[in-house]
Amino acid sequence: MADLLRTPLYDLHVTLGARMVAFAGYEMPVQYPLGVMKEHLHTRARAGLFDVSHMGQVILRGADPAGALERLVPVAIKSLAEGRQRYALFTDDEGGILDDLMVANRGDHLFLVVNAACKQADIAHLRAGLPECEVDVITDRALIALQGPAAEEALAQIAPEVAEMRFMDVAVMETAYGQLWVTRSGYTGEDGFEVSVPEAQARAFAEALLAMDEVEAIGLGARDSLRLEAGLCLYGNDIDTTTSPVEAALEWAVQKVRRTGGQREGGFPGARRILAEFRKGAGRRRVGLLPQGRAPMRAGTELFAAEDADEPIGQITSGAYGPSIEAPVSMGYVTTPHARTGTELFGEVRGKRHPVTVADMPFRPSTYKR
Amino acid sequence: MKYTEEHEWLREEDGVMVVGITAHAAEQLGDVVFVELPEVGDTVSKDDEIVVIESVKAASDILAPLDGEVVEVNEAIVDEPSKVNDDPEGEAWFFKLKVSDASPMDDYMDEAGYKAFIG
Repeated sequence: MADLLRTPLYDLHVTLGARMVAFAGYEMPVQYPLGVMKEHLHTRARAGLFDVSHMGQVILRGADPAGALERLVPVAIKSLAEGRQRYALFTDDEGGILDDLMVANRGDHLFLVVNAACKQADIAHLRAGLPECEVDVITDRALIALQGPAAEEALAQIAPEVAEMRFMDVAVMETAYGQLWVTRSGYTGEDGFEVSVPEAQARAFAEALLAMDEVEAIGLGARDSLRLEAGLCLYGNDIDTTTSPVEAALEWAVQKVRRTGGQREGGFPGARRILAEFRKGAGRRRVGLLPQGRAPMRAGTELFAAEDADEPIGQITSGAYGPSIEAPVSMGYVTTPHARTGTELFGEVRGKRHPVTVADMPFRPSTYKR
Repeated sequence: MKYTEEHEWLREEDGVMVVGITAHAAEQLGDVVFVELPEVGDTVSKDDEIVVIESVKAASDILAPLDGEVVEVNEAIVDEPSKVNDDPEGEAWFFKLKVSDASPMDDYMDEAGYKAFIG
């Protein structure tokens, strides 16, 4: 695969027998010999190790990096306590979403993790928007996620301090594999960690975890079905510049202090539209969708209010078989009158309309350690 | 046994043609989660899309390899799609065709030819 980048774990993936695919400019493992279904179920039952080194790791420094970053995100960063992490969105002037990211307060700086496909644009956006800040792109560290009920037990064998962390904590720890930057977070709906590890020690660190009985390597295929069951958005599918935070049902990511009447109301790109949608609602909304039959309804499936309706009222943006639900699961956008939980709609698959029900997300309760 | 470039296998049995997908195809598809089969009695033409398979990764079609009439379908793989991964060239056959024109059989590969084809 020409011109594709490789992560520090590339050789390990090949040794493990992964099937490699092009993803966001990188050659990444889509699955290992275990297969997507078993990888998914293993993560829910024990612990899965994911190479997410393709994602962007960025350090933001300055006199007031939190105050500065609030100019680009509709999120309360100034009130993010040291040692804590928060989900955030870069919005554009039209109120669309440029990317979603994680922001951690590490005392004298902020640590950001951004999507692989957006990272060059995000870095340019940070540099242009926050000229008073220093934007350091970390290129000598791998990022490894360890997710699942046995993740704590496994990682604690290397870094015992992780047992003390709560969901969305961030900590730095010295280990046999160098300095680890650990957050208790992830993209599976499971308890777990994301660990930034020095490139030179990344393979040994991953191999030490994989040597434990409870840990298996998990590819992008299962990562997608895990996050979908957890109701988490995939940037580029479920959110993008054509969707606003309110349409995307991400109101929870915009703290009250940034909304109308809040102390730091507005002051982020697209505030006029986004705050208006908080007051009046949006015309459409992202919802969970459970197809009633067995056929998955995948991204692009059009949704109709009735079996014989002419015009679609929405579209599926992510859909797959949910191995833990043992049924197909989807999410998508529908016009607001059809967004209520329990509403019956029809999805058109291969020219036939099949019933699908609007459902609450996550499809499966999350097991974060709060 | 004969093989198509669409990764189907065809085996003549009691005067009808049994059709399934190859182990190579099943492995490439990944875990199969949904199968939609034609109706018994359907008259099909070669290259009609008569089966839909959905795996954890994607949807794919299976084409009728010959003209004929569907005389039996394997409901067991509809109820338990994972059989397609477990035993693709045995228990997990898809449908049986009463063939009306067997001439395309001459173009299909034997086992050695198929092995060479998939490399």
